[in-house]
Amino acid sequence: MDLSLSDKHLSLQEEVRGFIREHGHESPKLGGGRKRPDRKALDWQKLLVDHGYVARTIPREYGGYGAEPDVMEAAVIAAEFAGAGIYAGLTNQGISMLVPTLLEVGTETQKQQWIEQTIRGDVIWCQGYSEPGAGSDLASLTTRGVLQDGHFVINGQKIWTSSAHYADMMFLLCRTEPDQPKHDGISYLLLSMQTPGIEVRPLRTMTGRAEFNEVFFTDVRVPEDQIVLGRGKGWYVANVTLKHERSMIGSAEKMTTRLEQLITLMKERGLLGMAEYRDRLLKLQGEVIAWKAHNLRLLTEAAQGVDSGVKRMIIKYGGTMLGFRLASLAIDALGTDGLPFESAGEDAEDDDATTWNIDYLYDVGLMIGGGSNNIQKNIISERGLDLPREPKVARV
Amino acid sequence: MEFALSEEQRLFADSLRGLLADRVSIDALRRHADGGTGFDAALWDSLVELGLPGLLVPERFGGAGLGVLDAAVAAELLGGAAAFAPFAGSIVMATLAFVHGATEALQDAWLPRIAAGEVRFGVGFSQNGGQITAAIDAGAPTHLLVYLPDGTALVVAAEHASMRMHRSIDRTRPVTDVRFDQARAVVLDAANAPLATMQRVLDAGRVVLAADTLGAAQHMFDQALAFVKQRVQFNRVIGSFQAVKHQFADMVTMLEPCRAMVWYAAYAQDALPDEARLTALQTKAHLGDVGRDIARMATEAHGGMGFTDLLGLHYWFKRISFNRQMLGGPEHCREEAARLQGWTA
Repeated sequence: MDLSLSDKHLSLQEEVRGFIREHGHESPKLGGGRKRPDRKALDWQKLLVDHGYVARTIPREYGGYGAEPDVMEAAVIAAEFAGAGIYAGLTNQGISMLVPTLLEVGTETQKQQWIEQTIRGDVIWCQGYSEPGAGSDLASLTTRGVLQDGHFVINGQKIWTSSAHYADMMFLLCRTEPDQPKHDGISYLLLSMQTPGIEVRPLRTMTGRAEFNEVFFTDVRVPEDQIVLGRGKGWYVANVTLKHERSMIGSAEKMTTRLEQLITLMKERGLLGMAEYRDRLLKLQGEVIAWKAHNLRLLTEAAQGVDSGVKRMIIKYGGTMLGFRLASLAIDALGTDGLPFESAGEDAEDDDATTWNIDYLYDVGLMIGGGSNNIQKNIISERGLDLPREPKVARV
Repeated sequence: MEFALSEEQRLFADSLRGLLADRVSIDALRRHADGGTGFDAALWDSLVELGLPGLLVPERFGGAGLGVLDAAVAAELLGGAAAFAPFAGSIVMATLAFVHGATEALQDAWLPRIAAGEVRFGVGFSQNGGQITAAIDAGAPTHLLVYLPDGTALVVAAEHASMRMHRSIDRTRPVTDVRFDQARAVVLDAANAPLATMQRVLDAGRVVLAADTLGAAQHMFDQALAFVKQRVQFNRVIGSFQAVKHQFADMVTMLEPCRAMVWYAAYAQDALPDEARLTALQTKAHLGDVGRDIARMATEAHGGMGFTDLLGLHYWFKRISFNRQMLGGPEHCREEAARLQGWTA
């Protein structure tokens, strides 16, 4: 057990601190992320790429920094940015999901064409997975891709598509092999959102914001070579991608920040004198201490190249629930002051009450998106604890 | 940065696990439970042979010179086996009382005897020095360690005290009420800050009880998981029902972070003084709550068998209950954490 940093990591920490002192004032403000990055955010992103504070382990030939994978380095960088309240770079589905997927299964041409532009923020992606009839049971998707004259012709509908209204590109799952069993009939395609026949309709959520879209496809033509890995391989490729998505949700730093904001809020409102409020806060503090320690353990195992198994699988379920409990106490602490809800819009800074309310509501979405918590519990018990899968129900 | 047990800690855990697997069967548990003293002389001798009583005793006094983290690793295994061994009070708290709050002469006189397993301490807290209720590890002690409210620590030979042992709900450990009448006591001299020393000893005890709960809860979880993988109803293994599976997903999501929490709090007692008090209090409270939930759900997963004496799962259920109440239940610990942070008077 040793919580101190090695010399290598201490010198990286020093370097990052120096960078923040010199450049911190150029950082865009935290939050946002629901709109297309502006000039300031893009300049900042490129500065971070050049210094290796994002895309650190992406090979140099694809525009990255080319460092050896070292999760401790990533943790040091993340901690310094979070501690200084500095924007740590774009977090979009292109960077977090498509890039690792292409690195793992893309062709050389695809890697050359997309990775650099994506990590620098010049190309924004959206993810075309879920459909109205294919949510948790994603493999039952029915959007069709029919090969004609060197193009897949796409017809169908996607839903819950974040950033589709400003994205340049989409990575799409569609059924190209209708005669194959369901998992084997899916392909993974890359397409421009400018292709004729695509219609994007914003989908307002309970937060009042249009965080998602519906995307309709009418005879959308995608060149045959824009497939990743090959026909019928889409389910495999998607699982490569989902693996990356699940590991990005539920970070301990977010919990710590939220707990500290909650403590401040409860002090300001004089609620620590009420035993029931105080005990709820203390319980959450205990849970956050446990969560942080658990994340240190996962970090250590990742650095050692150990597969953490069930310890990793609980992160999404446990993390979204803990986040919601923190936001819930904040809402309760606000009392009737938490009821007025006037978001100043996606670009503006909201008042405290609205910000807490948006977290509170948005966390409900996090419990559903990227594999709902009931699905997470299936994964934890079946893959993590080796309990038997549900028997298949006969097709009706 | 390495947040993991060391190679030495894992090897030590393996030896202790092996010893407990040999010595603490469910039959042995039943036999000793009737007595209820929480003491098994033969098991104690093997633990002495392994060097467990000297775990926290500095090397110059004949011990292993290890820390609270090592003690927590041991406690997890003792809890997992529901072992009859005075540990949290006798081995951890009493040793630390001497290590952190006694003169060199007293250390010289007592620590080698602790390391050799010659003395065993019941530990309690007293308002006036006349009596203790619910002393820990006082089923068959040679001595008693008594803390007064100002942090003064007294050691009294057991034969000079009048002790009334209650078999507790946890038959693996009793609670004992003690009375002193003109008993001769040795005063431990914690010259600088006796209160802080007492808190340090108490917090280490809390972390170790939390680790014991972790082990007991993990044992119950493992038993229940094995059971639902083989029990068949409605022509299906019951572990294939989603209601059952989701309950296990809930259990593991609660329980697994507790292990990291216990390690962190234990390490904080050794190396992070600024975080030691808060993490000890929060860990004792959190493990009390999670332990109760796991104990209930693991029992429930066994169906009617879980409720019987035949299966014996109740020994662990009750051990978890005992740990929850001893040295401050969750509400007390959280309230103390609130005072520590200036959140309440």
